[in-house]
Amino acid sequence: MSVSDHGQQQEVAIAVDRLYKSFGSLKVLREITTEIHRGEVVAIIGPSGCGKSTFLRCLNLLEKPTSGKIYIDGTDITAPGVDVMKMRQNVGMVFQHFHLFPHMTVLQNVMYAPVKVKQLPKAVAAEKAQQLLARVGLAEKADVYPSKLSGGQKQRVAIARALAMEPKAMLFDEPTSALDPEMVKEVLDVIKAVSLTGMTMAIVTHEMGFAREVAHRIFFLDGGKVAEDAPPSEFFTQPKSDRAQQFLEKVL
Amino acid sequence: MLNKLENSESLMMIFAPERVPEFPLLLADLKLDFAAIAPSLPFILTGLWVTLQFTLISLFFGFIWGTILALFKISSFKPLYWFGMAYTSIFRGVPLLVTLSVIYFATPQLTGFNIQPLQAGVLTFSLNAGAYVSEVIRAGILAVDRGQTEAAMSLGVTYKPMMLDIILPQAVKNILPALVNETIALLKDSSLVSTIGAQDLLRRAQIVGAQKYVYFEPLLIVGLVYYAMVMVLTLAAHALERRLHRSS
Repeated sequence: MSVSDHGQQQEVAIAVDRLYKSFGSLKVLREITTEIHRGEVVAIIGPSGCGKSTFLRCLNLLEKPTSGKIYIDGTDITAPGVDVMKMRQNVGMVFQHFHLFPHMTVLQNVMYAPVKVKQLPKAVAAEKAQQLLARVGLAEKADVYPSKLSGGQKQRVAIARALAMEPKAMLFDEPTSALDPEMVKEVLDVIKAVSLTGMTMAIVTHEMGFAREVAHRIFFLDGGKVAEDAPPSEFFTQPKSDRAQQFLEKVL
Repeated sequence: MLNKLENSESLMMIFAPERVPEFPLLLADLKLDFAAIAPSLPFILTGLWVTLQFTLISLFFGFIWGTILALFKISSFKPLYWFGMAYTSIFRGVPLLVTLSVIYFATPQLTGFNIQPLQAGVLTFSLNAGAYVSEVIRAGILAVDRGQTEAAMSLGVTYKPMMLDIILPQAVKNILPALVNETIALLKDSSLVSTIGAQDLLRRAQIVGAQKYVYFEPLLIVGLVYYAMVMVLTLAAHALERRLHRSS
């Protein structure tokens, strides 16, 4: 338990303790220690190559940390013998390039994991999937194959697919970077709607306006470290480090 | 000289000074006698069933074994990887006829087990097809976008359903033409069992030839039967491919 800047008592959803990650001799993450509280939306920003995506991918162990510990709901997921698959059911992920299953219809994409992993009866899963598709505004696309969808529609299906597992937290890895400009908003609107349900979220993004509007906290990563960790109001008006100032000058 | 060359007669002088051999170029000149082997036709065509038996059973086991070997080869567990690689190397490096002979003729010597032609053939072809199919499937799996694996993993999907429901269906779609080639090769290679006493299409043609002293006609017939089977396979594969690509 810790006191957040909103002044309320908040449960820690994700805790990261001295996380290091190297690819060969390349040190990508150098000692990241932080906490994300339940219901908090964290935007992770920074120059390219700073380790944003690697950090996010460590949180559900798509990348194996070189050292350090990650706790989800108090469980150390880096400990040997931990059921990683069980953990991943509780941590949804949305990718830059969607990664929908191309040989399944939209509805099958959304209901696949609940049926296979959670052993939900098909009828129940299908109905829930249909509701989720309605929530992302794609109810009428249920029986279409992903190749027939626009980028924005694909990403909304991908969000529905992740939500179908009823995760406790969601990770977004540059969810709008692969989209045509006119499709960015429809996806951001869906992400924002999810954030308003009290979902714990970590979003790697280049959309500064969106980060400012939706996030409770901004992580500014630089050189594999969290160089700044501040509420958006503070970060975007008075960044403390020179590096963050330079970065904001370029992107704003 | 130029003038001489243009004259066809002088060309004959240069290239065929003595005489032009008279090949029997007309069908009538071949003196084909299909009537002589007509009574043996049912006997030959019964071999179709034998050939199909060898082919289909070997195909079934070969594809399963090939899939398992492919998974070995992409495994991060090194002994499995090495086994898969060494296995493929051996079965691709030894002629199929040698493998077949070893299994049929050497098994009784080594184990005392009196192996039957069907068992020896199916075993040989399955082991051999496994080696080739595993290479095809391995390439197919590696060609599936890494993001598919990550998406499945991020949803908590475990290895087996991920492979069976997500990766392999996409891999098979890409490698279907190569798998059809493998099936065709297997069908044709099954004629090797004629050397171990199985009465397949080819063996029956040889038997009829030896009985009637006519070889070309029965061999022509089984050649056409093989060709027809390969055509049916090819057309079926095209139809299947079209169906699979409709979804994407």
